[in-house]
Amino acid sequence: MAFFLEVLFNGLLVGIMYSLVALGFALIYKASDVFNFAQGDMSLFAGLALVGFLTVMPLWLALICTIGVMTILAYGTVFIVFRPLVARPPLILFMAAIGLSFLVQGIGQSIWGTQPKGLFLGIPEITFDIKEVFLNTFDLTFGGVAGVLVVGLVLFFQKTRTGRALRAVADDHEAALSVGIPLLRAWAVTWMIAGIVATVAGVAWGSRLGVQFSLSLIAYKALPVLILGGIDSITGAILAGLVVGAGENLAEVFLGPYVGGGIQTFFPYLLALLFLWFRPYGMFGKEIIERV
Amino acid sequence: MEQTPLLKVNNIEVIYEHVILVLKGVSLDVPTGGIVSLLGANGAGKTTTLKAISNLVKAERGEVTKGTVEFEGKRIDKMYAPAVVKMGLIQIMEGRRTFEHLTVEDDLLTGAYTRGHDVKGIKESLEMVYKYFPRLVDRRNAKTGYISGGEMQMCAIGRALMAKPKLMLLDEPSMGLAPLLVQEIFEIIVQLNNEENVAMLLAEQNANMALQFAQYGYIMENGRVVLDGDADTLKDNADVREFYLGLTEIGKKSYRDVKHYKRRKRWLA
Ligand SMILES: Nc1ncnc2c1ncn2[C@@H]1O[C@H](COP(=O)(O)OP(=O)(O)OP(=O)(O)O)[C@@H](O)[C@H]1O
Ligand SMILES: [Mg+2]
Repeated sequence: MAFFLEVLFNGLLVGIMYSLVALGFALIYKASDVFNFAQGDMSLFAGLALVGFLTVMPLWLALICTIGVMTILAYGTVFIVFRPLVARPPLILFMAAIGLSFLVQGIGQSIWGTQPKGLFLGIPEITFDIKEVFLNTFDLTFGGVAGVLVVGLVLFFQKTRTGRALRAVADDHEAALSVGIPLLRAWAVTWMIAGIVATVAGVAWGSRLGVQFSLSLIAYKALPVLILGGIDSITGAILAGLVVGAGENLAEVFLGPYVGGGIQTFFPYLLALLFLWFRPYGMFGKEIIERV
Repeated sequence: MEQTPLLKVNNIEVIYEHVILVLKGVSLDVPTGGIVSLLGANGAGKTTTLKAISNLVKAERGEVTKGTVEFEGKRIDKMYAPAVVKMGLIQIMEGRRTFEHLTVEDDLLTGAYTRGHDVKGIKESLEMVYKYFPRLVDRRNAKTGYISGGEMQMCAIGRALMAKPKLMLLDEPSMGLAPLLVQEIFEIIVQLNNEENVAMLLAEQNANMALQFAQYGYIMENGRVVLDGDADTLKDNADVREFYLGLTEIGKKSYRDVKHYKRRKRWLA
């Protein structure tokens, strides 16, 4: 039992990272109908920026500067890339996002280089056990940070004037504009939030596996999560991330031995496929309000 | 009493997607505190005219290529829509367009976005909206996707009121609503006009209703204003009677022909 719980916990902790990446996707998709192909690259970009800043300044300042860079990236993306594309068909926005993905990757690597880099945050990694379930402080710290971030976002969207405006934009761009909500600014704020989420994911992942190109590939891990959770659902993204993280780890450990291992890599896609058959909107896809 | 009108639209031309010429020189005035109606059949260009004034055309890849729009004596035709809302000119779009996943109250509050953090003033406005639309009080916590068409229209008007407008552009508020409800909503519009001193520019296919409540009217066809005058004069004009009010000298027979499209809309709504 202890072993099962440990596998479950470790899976959930990885799942948190999936949740964060999927959350970034969902936020941007809801607000601007853009399927943000560059979400993974934004994580890489943030990781690279943080490593760069850390060479010349303390951690807290480097984090602030990284968020600053992500903010500039968000505003640049919206006001330069997407402004001329307002009211264009979704396919064009999608192409723009693919282009953006390469651009962000390219810019990041040309500023900070292409070699894998270590990222040391100085968070202690002490392993301890609760009734023989082994956990470590590093994972728990990130779990906590992600949790705080998510709760903060929920409060922001539900309780603040800007959050309400962003929800309005997600429902109907033109109507939002008609009541005086500046659409481009609203989108930029959304991209900025997605950038912060990407930063947390990138930093967590990067300090575990090093900041390197493969970081941008966590976006692909988020695809099945999105299918499972529903592409425009915040709750869905978070829960589905946890489900996929826990699911793949459990499958690997308990089913893996029977089929020769390696389940982890395709299990999420299998799960997603099953969902596509039975619940194409995902667990929490936006309720489509049909009026009859 | 020739004073500068609140809104002055001066011979504007609107082109969509750089090629589709939709408005071919439209001029109209709305006096301070007045109610003016803009009549015309499907595709006449009513919506485009309103969106040209509120600057929402830009969001649809449209552009005012000639002419000017002045609000309180200032050119607004090159401005960004939210800035125009802040000046006190707001459009209530065709089809109500409430935010379906927001509650009625949240939806109303989005209308106050341009007023920033004026918490006290916004709260007062919210109470005022509930006073004019008491039906919304019970529904305040319901998502607008689940309220009735009439309630949605009330929510849309209430939301616009939250911006403290001096001029509202209403695009077919009667669309898809039962006659009694239309009457109720128009009465509230007149009341808002009287008591809150909000001027109204009212685009309608329902000429009957619109001319009953407006002081002045413009009739559009094919991207042009073809006729304008006092509401009473228009009501007596033979062509208007025939084509827009559905009254011929023989009787009401042609009403059905003129209005069949409207019925179709009602089914779709
Ligand atoms: N975004 C757009 N792009 C291209 N053409 C458009 C666009 N919007 C409207 N049009 C065209 O402009 C013309 C006028 O349309 P508009 O919506 O202004 O008419 P309307 O009087 O409001 O009609 P209705 O009573 O049906 O609402 C129509 O021929 C329409 O096809
Ligand atoms: Mg119209």
